[in-house]
Amino acid sequence: MNVTVKTPATVVHRPTAHDSAAKHVSGNADYVDDLKSPDGTLHAYLGLSQRAHAKVKRLDLSKVWQAPGVVAVLTSADVPGVNDISPVGKHDDPIFSDSEVQFFGQPMFAVVAHTRDQARRAAKLAEVDYEDLPAALSIDEAIAAGSELVTEPLTLKRGDVEAGMKGAPHVLSGEMVIGGQEHFYLEGHVAMAIPGEDEDVTVFSSTQHPSEVQHMVAHALGVKSASVTVNIRRMGGGFGGKETQANLFAAVAAIAAKHTGQAVKIRPDRDDDMTATGKRHDFKATYKVGFDDNGKIHAVDATFAANAGFSADLSGPVSDRALFHADNAYFFPAVHLNSLPLKTNTVSNTAFRGFGGPQGLIGGERMIEEIAYALGMDPLDVRKANFYGIGERNVTPYHQEVTDNIVARLVEDLEQSSDYRARRQTIIDFNARGGVIRKGIALTPVKFGISFTATWYNQAGALVHVYRDGSVHLNHGGTEMGQGLNIKVAQVVADEFGLTLDDVKITATNTDKVPNTSATAASSGSDLNAMAAADACRQIKSRLAEYVAEKYGEPASDVTFENGAVMLRNHHLDWQTIVSEAYMARIHLSAAGYYKTPGIHWDRNKGQGRPFYYFAYGASVSEVSIDTLTGEYQVDRVDILHDVGKSLNPAVDLGQVEGGFIQGMGWLTTEELKWNDKGMLTTHAPSTYKIPLASDVPRVFNVRLAEWSENVERTIRRSKAVGEPPLMLAVSVVEALSMAVASVANYKVCPRLNTPVTPERVLMAVTRLSAEGPSE
Amino acid sequence: MNGIAVSTAINGDDIEFLCRPEETLLTVLRDRLGLMGAKEGCGTGDCGACSVRVDGRLVCSCLVLGAEVQGQVVETIEGMASGDSLHPLQEKFLEHAALQCGICTPGFLMAAKDLLERNPDPSEEEIRFGLAGNLCRCTGYDKIVRAVQDAAQVMRGDAA
Repeated sequence: MNVTVKTPATVVHRPTAHDSAAKHVSGNADYVDDLKSPDGTLHAYLGLSQRAHAKVKRLDLSKVWQAPGVVAVLTSADVPGVNDISPVGKHDDPIFSDSEVQFFGQPMFAVVAHTRDQARRAAKLAEVDYEDLPAALSIDEAIAAGSELVTEPLTLKRGDVEAGMKGAPHVLSGEMVIGGQEHFYLEGHVAMAIPGEDEDVTVFSSTQHPSEVQHMVAHALGVKSASVTVNIRRMGGGFGGKETQANLFAAVAAIAAKHTGQAVKIRPDRDDDMTATGKRHDFKATYKVGFDDNGKIHAVDATFAANAGFSADLSGPVSDRALFHADNAYFFPAVHLNSLPLKTNTVSNTAFRGFGGPQGLIGGERMIEEIAYALGMDPLDVRKANFYGIGERNVTPYHQEVTDNIVARLVEDLEQSSDYRARRQTIIDFNARGGVIRKGIALTPVKFGISFTATWYNQAGALVHVYRDGSVHLNHGGTEMGQGLNIKVAQVVADEFGLTLDDVKITATNTDKVPNTSATAASSGSDLNAMAAADACRQIKSRLAEYVAEKYGEPASDVTFENGAVMLRNHHLDWQTIVSEAYMARIHLSAAGYYKTPGIHWDRNKGQGRPFYYFAYGASVSEVSIDTLTGEYQVDRVDILHDVGKSLNPAVDLGQVEGGFIQGMGWLTTEELKWNDKGMLTTHAPSTYKIPLASDVPRVFNVRLAEWSENVERTIRRSKAVGEPPLMLAVSVVEALSMAVASVANYKVCPRLNTPVTPERVLMAVTRLSAEGPSE
Repeated sequence: MNGIAVSTAINGDDIEFLCRPEETLLTVLRDRLGLMGAKEGCGTGDCGACSVRVDGRLVCSCLVLGAEVQGQVVETIEGMASGDSLHPLQEKFLEHAALQCGICTPGFLMAAKDLLERNPDPSEEEIRFGLAGNLCRCTGYDKIVRAVQDAAQVMRGDAA
């Protein structure tokens, strides 16, 4: 039989463009707001509270009703099911507030009108009488007011901390305030609901978690999940901000659609999106660390207080993950860590790339930095003195052994390639000249635990169809937000079948194709969904192999799929022909694939287990210059070496590393969230909230993947997750800024910079250290 | 509908449309003309996702009224390629993987095209500052800068 040999089918491990790239550059990639909406589609807009915490004495919506174009005004009384979208079942997250508002910007009602402009104008016309209640707007205020916790705190404990501190030659303590972060996905929240027959509704939602949107919409409508279908082809960025926060908009659109019998779209203005939806938690870390003359840590005792906002949302697992990463890459012989997820009267904070891990990690790194300044050591030497060992000194505060440790090799590699030591000396010499401009350099590592700590989330499904013409339809439970998940899964599927990417059709994530999916979060997208898709492929391959084997009287185990052909001994059978024949022979050409991560378990009450399947590693060196008269600074050079195991797609992975680093740099430098004394977010637009620009990125930016790395666990093609870990590489920017500041006091005082390290904070620290510190 | 009648040329085609006086060019492009390439990122002219050109000038279409383009020439991302043949900037964005979620990409391409027409041989620094009116939350910009440098070279006809 003739065979068409296609281009080499080994499509994994290759730099391959994003599957939608050609559409992206042509403006043809449809996001939810670009979809053709049905005739008569109405537009909803939210009316937001103007108080941080108050009783609602009177809510008069008559002027809203009378506004031009208004079709309906919906309040909590119009929610047919349950007025709650708590993703963790705590019933503390109303869709619309009722008799009390709990943060400035909380949705109180929704207007539905013929145009978005009409709805938006009408939403401003509500007349509300409030009776103010005491409001805690920050961690400090919450602690002072004895605020409740939104969820049970976590304690991690190992070894005898008291004895460890007593036996340590040095003990120091301190605190660090770690700022929050707005996601600033360029595509804001948006949902469109189309009512169907009976109780049905279809929702197009910009969400990372379609199954949860489905569940929440059903809950809000008081219908079964089977009546609700949620569809998402692509998001214009998510970063965790669309893990739970999309529920609100989908629920409102669905309620409005069922209420009016028309399709309803809702898309808040950027300012309202920023005001009404959750952000990265700001934290306050309080620590005490005992160590010896060589910088080796004996004991750590730390508390991580998180500003949860008014409801639990994901603050439990977020503050847990902070504790899981307070050790970063370091062994703590004795350790006691506490979380404090505090209730405040701000928007409920939520998932954001790293999910609390970055806040924990930077707290841990601050302890290392403190030790270095206390002993007059290069912080890198303190790091090396405390790295987890191989086969010893390798137990984490949550009692998981680190068995895949490559941090020492990675750091060694980067230290050499970046010429860290020589550059550090040059900088020390430069600073010794005492000029206005000072420089700093730092090398910081990242070790990040991969798996959802909610163990049941570590499962995924996929649906693969092979049609009679040989074309492959791929669907899985993950969502595409720009991270390249779809292309990676398609690469795996093409490779499984020995086909090209052109043969594999990527389709929109849809709850009626793959049910009960987990959020595309925790960096797990390709780990979980590519495995599930591979499982589906293998089922179909196995059926085809049996068919072919029977036909030729050879063992099915000898059948392989490569280069667009099904191969058996000396038979080279064209894929398309075999598929067509198999159909005629009544072979089932569709399969639902499934995967669950093996070997993980977690007992939160005990604070023990193996929550993570493996760890992803990375390290970065940042060099900065600050102006000691103004506090302004620039990042001169960054070198990164990052571990993605055996990369499924180096082009996509490098993009994740670069983008993650810059997003982390924004979090730690320019992105400052400010609330006024009324609890109103005052940085609610890009005019006041500053994410990095093209002009802010490092002048020299050398990014490498650790090509020698391979996941020791049996992950998909031995790759590693990449979404979140690179964000934390930006910690080196903070520490480099710290060194530049410390130079004004001859490196004798740890500057203890809080984040974000804005130019104002740099200037204040320079001023403080110049006054307090020893003169040069 | 009572509205203002506007005659303009969009991507080389003569177009007439009616719009309300307060309607932005972005709304006209998206909701009246079905040109969905320009995106609303912020609605306040700070993110560049809605960038188009009007009479050869780069603008945020969220800050321009639809009625303002009477008699003017409008260029959007939909007109960047010539038929099936992509513009060198589009090709280089693909080649350098200079995009992730893609929603800022049309705005970046319009801004980059504008930059290169004014300055065909920009330094890296000039590209960084020339594109500082466009926000990207995914890529970290480096690949975008490389793609624009590379496209500039091709457009100048220099040996690649």
